[in-house]
Amino acid sequence: MELIETKTNNKVLASKQIVSEASSILRVKDLNVFAGHHHILKNVELEIPRNKITVLIGPSGCGKTTLLKCINKLTDLYKELKVSGSIFIDKDDILNTDTNIPALRQKMGLLSQRPYPLPVSIYKNVAYGLKLKGVRDKKLIDFSVEKHLREVGLWEEVKNRLNSPATRLSIGQQQRLCLARGLAVKPSIILADEPTSSLDPISSKIIENLFKDLTKHYTIILVTHVLRQAIRLADHVIFMNDGEIIEQGSPEILFKSPKTEQLRAYLVDGN
Amino acid sequence: MRRVKIIEEKFFIWISAFMTYSLIAVLIFIILVIFIKGFGALNWDMVLKTPRGGYYYGGEGGVLNAIIGSLYIAVGATLIAIIIGVPAALYLNVQLIRYRRTQNTIRYFLDALWGIPSIVYGAFGFSLMIFFGMNASLLAGIITVALLIVPIMVRTFDEVLSTIPKGLHEASLALGSTRTETAFKVLFKQGFPGFITAVLLSFGRGIGDAASVLFTAGYTDNIPVNLDEPAATLPLAIFFQLGSPIPEVRDRAFASAIILTGIILTISIGARILSKRYSRTNLT
Repeated sequence: MELIETKTNNKVLASKQIVSEASSILRVKDLNVFAGHHHILKNVELEIPRNKITVLIGPSGCGKTTLLKCINKLTDLYKELKVSGSIFIDKDDILNTDTNIPALRQKMGLLSQRPYPLPVSIYKNVAYGLKLKGVRDKKLIDFSVEKHLREVGLWEEVKNRLNSPATRLSIGQQQRLCLARGLAVKPSIILADEPTSSLDPISSKIIENLFKDLTKHYTIILVTHVLRQAIRLADHVIFMNDGEIIEQGSPEILFKSPKTEQLRAYLVDGN
Repeated sequence: MRRVKIIEEKFFIWISAFMTYSLIAVLIFIILVIFIKGFGALNWDMVLKTPRGGYYYGGEGGVLNAIIGSLYIAVGATLIAIIIGVPAALYLNVQLIRYRRTQNTIRYFLDALWGIPSIVYGAFGFSLMIFFGMNASLLAGIITVALLIVPIMVRTFDEVLSTIPKGLHEASLALGSTRTETAFKVLFKQGFPGFITAVLLSFGRGIGDAASVLFTAGYTDNIPVNLDEPAATLPLAIFFQLGSPIPEVRDRAFASAIILTGIILTISIGARILSKRYSRTNLT
């Protein structure tokens, strides 16, 4: 019993160290989002540890996806959303400075609930972001396409049909292609919004394993409703409810000893 | 209860099928009537010759002037409609994506423009001609028909673009595209079949409309070689021939209708083939 408590205490310390000591890649301060009179995000304050998987959990409509959209400024597409506060990526406040938005978005790969391959070939999907960055060297593009398709475990499956339309791939393959496409622009953060929700268990497992490997080079912010997935993947967990951050910390502590009734109820219902 | 549902289901299937096949039957009937009435009068002279003296009283010649005039006007107007319509439809769906009320207002106006009878466009074009001191000409015909088909082009393409999931839009922006790059490199490609449909509808309306060119393009037995010369069109050629008291000339009207239908079908099939080929090459 003592041993368990010691382990737990160590993990608490480890969790605190993740956020406080390891350099955080992203800091959110006093973030508020309104849609008309509806207060979607309320005074959100958080730090995302570098090269770790941070999992956002919480009931539907609690603001997880809106938070992700604030981070890569896709909220700009929604006139009704009023965003205030600060989001620091490294040291730049992307909400309050004249940010080069396309360049900012290239720092963040986006993986959405269902895959959206571009209406071009598998090859051109991966090459798309590189070309936007101005890469014209065919050999470099070929190298990058192969590298990132290998990185997501898709190369062997598609190497003989790189010029086929990406839409002909299975949903699981399309999701991995979207991940490869995002990785090709060399992001530092991957924003994954329930990326396995439309996938079968095998494809989900492939994506999960990929995420574990990708933390060597990338920071991942994952939104999920699957608690088992959160337990399997999370280095850091943030629980949100009704636009607020209710609890955050290491998965061991949060899932085993929730401090708030809201998280406890969510975990009980989730299981 | 179950028996009622079965009868209800069968009745619905039967009535839907009947309506669908009736529609096709009507279309086939129209084409058959045109063919039966006009096929006898159709010959190479009709297609390859301009009207000679007394053509509309049974004299020799053909409607090459009207074929070329119609093609000039329809192609010219369609090109103008593409130049105006494609950026407009993309603007509606990319730049105005945040402004739903503005989008809907613009769509409302475009729908209203689509619904205006073509004779009104003809009268408007005629007023413009008088204002600028122009005569009935190919250019005036092209501009008037372009005004007529721009709303068709924009709304048809817009309808397809608006069905593209916002997720694709976001996926492209998330890769670092600007809105313009997203518009042309992603949305235009995704909506390309809709663009082809928009072009076909616009071209079909442009080549088949008589009222808008009645005052603006004029009518001539010659093939226009300059934009300021009057141009004959097939719908007006059909109109003039049908008004003839001579049965032989009225049959030529139906032969002209076969030619007009043939042009539209050829353009339609050609565009579909091009669209498929584009999908196989450019989209891969």
